[in-house]
Amino acid sequence: MGTIVLLTLTGLGLAALYFLVASGLSLVFGLADVLNFAHGLFLSVGAYATWWAAGHLPGAGPGGFGFVVAVAFGVAAGAVVGMLVELVMIRPLYSRTIEQVLVTVGLSLAGVALLQATWGADARPFPRPRWTTQVTSVLGAKVPNSGLLLVVAAVVVLAALLGFLRYTRYGLVIRAGVENREMVTALGIDVRKAFTLVFAIGGAAAALAGALGGVYFGSVSPGQGGSLLIFAFIVVVIGGMGSVVGSAYAAVAVGLLQQFVNYYGTSGAGDICVVALLAIVLLLRPQGIAGKAATA
Amino acid sequence: MTEPVLTVADLSVRIAGLHILQGVSFEVAPTGVTVLLGRNGVGKTTTLRAVVGLTPRNGEVRGTVRMGGEDLLAQPTHRLVRGGLGYVPEDRCVFAGLTVAENLRLAERRGTTPAYDRVYELFPELDRRGRQRAGSLSGGQQQMLAIGRVLLGDNRLLLVDEPTKGLAPKVVTEVAEVLERVAATVPVLLVEQNLAVVRRLARAAVVLAAGRVAWSGDAGELLRSTALTRSLLGVGVASGEVAA
Repeated sequence: MGTIVLLTLTGLGLAALYFLVASGLSLVFGLADVLNFAHGLFLSVGAYATWWAAGHLPGAGPGGFGFVVAVAFGVAAGAVVGMLVELVMIRPLYSRTIEQVLVTVGLSLAGVALLQATWGADARPFPRPRWTTQVTSVLGAKVPNSGLLLVVAAVVVLAALLGFLRYTRYGLVIRAGVENREMVTALGIDVRKAFTLVFAIGGAAAALAGALGGVYFGSVSPGQGGSLLIFAFIVVVIGGMGSVVGSAYAAVAVGLLQQFVNYYGTSGAGDICVVALLAIVLLLRPQGIAGKAATA
Repeated sequence: MTEPVLTVADLSVRIAGLHILQGVSFEVAPTGVTVLLGRNGVGKTTTLRAVVGLTPRNGEVRGTVRMGGEDLLAQPTHRLVRGGLGYVPEDRCVFAGLTVAENLRLAERRGTTPAYDRVYELFPELDRRGRQRAGSLSGGQQQMLAIGRVLLGDNRLLLVDEPTKGLAPKVVTEVAEVLERVAATVPVLLVEQNLAVVRRLARAAVVLAAGRVAWSGDAGELLRSTALTRSLLGVGVASGEVAA
């Protein structure tokens, strides 16, 4: 029983990490039709900005309220980078898919190289509050607090995103834009502002994943964003482009599947099963769990 | 003669190598309905979409389109619409996943008071069905929502693309009645295939053929001439009509 609980909760922790990356990716693709391979860079920016802030930013630190300030700085950095990427690099390339892919892949590679050149290629220990290194007993299982923190953060982000999509004017524009971007424009709305906003939201969520991923793994490295991005893409495809709720369901499915199969099967089999799940979903329901609709 | 509300001059549109419009020129009268007619594929929808700036990115638009002295082709779609160019697209294009109320809320234009009273007076059904998902409305109700969205704001000109397409005869009559009332206050450039609707609504007509203007003039004159309708539209005036 304890093992099942432990695997479930650590699987949900992994799912939370995937969801934080995938939610923004999904909204960006659903609304703007941009396959953003630079999304992993937002995660790395968040992780490194948090790591830097904890050591250098006045008021920030590795524990207590100082850590909250460091994470907030990392999230803000992710949002700003996301916004700048949209304004400077993506905006001139809308409807030019090949160029978008080239630019975002190039940006992702250049970003990793820049991080390596600045702080080195080796993983660096991540500053984190002591309680996140401890465990909590849940139904007989000793669950890492860092995993529980990720789950709580993902639930809060999910609720905030759904509230934003359902109750705000921009949320309405994004939900409509996912359905028919051209018609949103034809109602007198400058949909490009919504594009910038979803990039900023996606950047912030990915940066939060970077910061909390650093807490979870205990270290930060330049390539972390890229490796998580692969699973985030799988989550987006399984969940349905543009659907935040779909991404949440898919992230839970992928996280749990990976964790259980890796434990009861051989290490690495979980990844193969996730790819198999992706293939099954693509064959049976190509539009993903929730189709192309920004469900609120 | 009074100043036209819209002047289209030498409008050419190429999309994916196809020369769809080849120097189209016409004017839209400042009152009433001007109808754009023609057989399928002659470029009626392409004309409306070019006027409102919705030509696909791989398309090329040349010529001039002026409304009240402004060059429309130089402006993005959202700015044209905010400036009073309302557009009701072919196939309604309501947001199926949003409710009726959300569809209308989305169409509220910044800096103006949305005219819900006007919309609900024309379409009381929309008020009653505010919480219903637009995707679950009937075709006629969706058309009313599509027109209602545009009427929330003040318009200098309405572009309406095949509003009766695929609708039941009774609903066609209702839509025609609404457009008649709307046209009493706002000029309308209408694309329509149903000649009974055209007869009821249109004062002026422009007929396109193979990407060019083949005929323009008084709509009544066109519809009275079986020879003209047969040669330009491929139908006799009595054929294929639905009562309006």
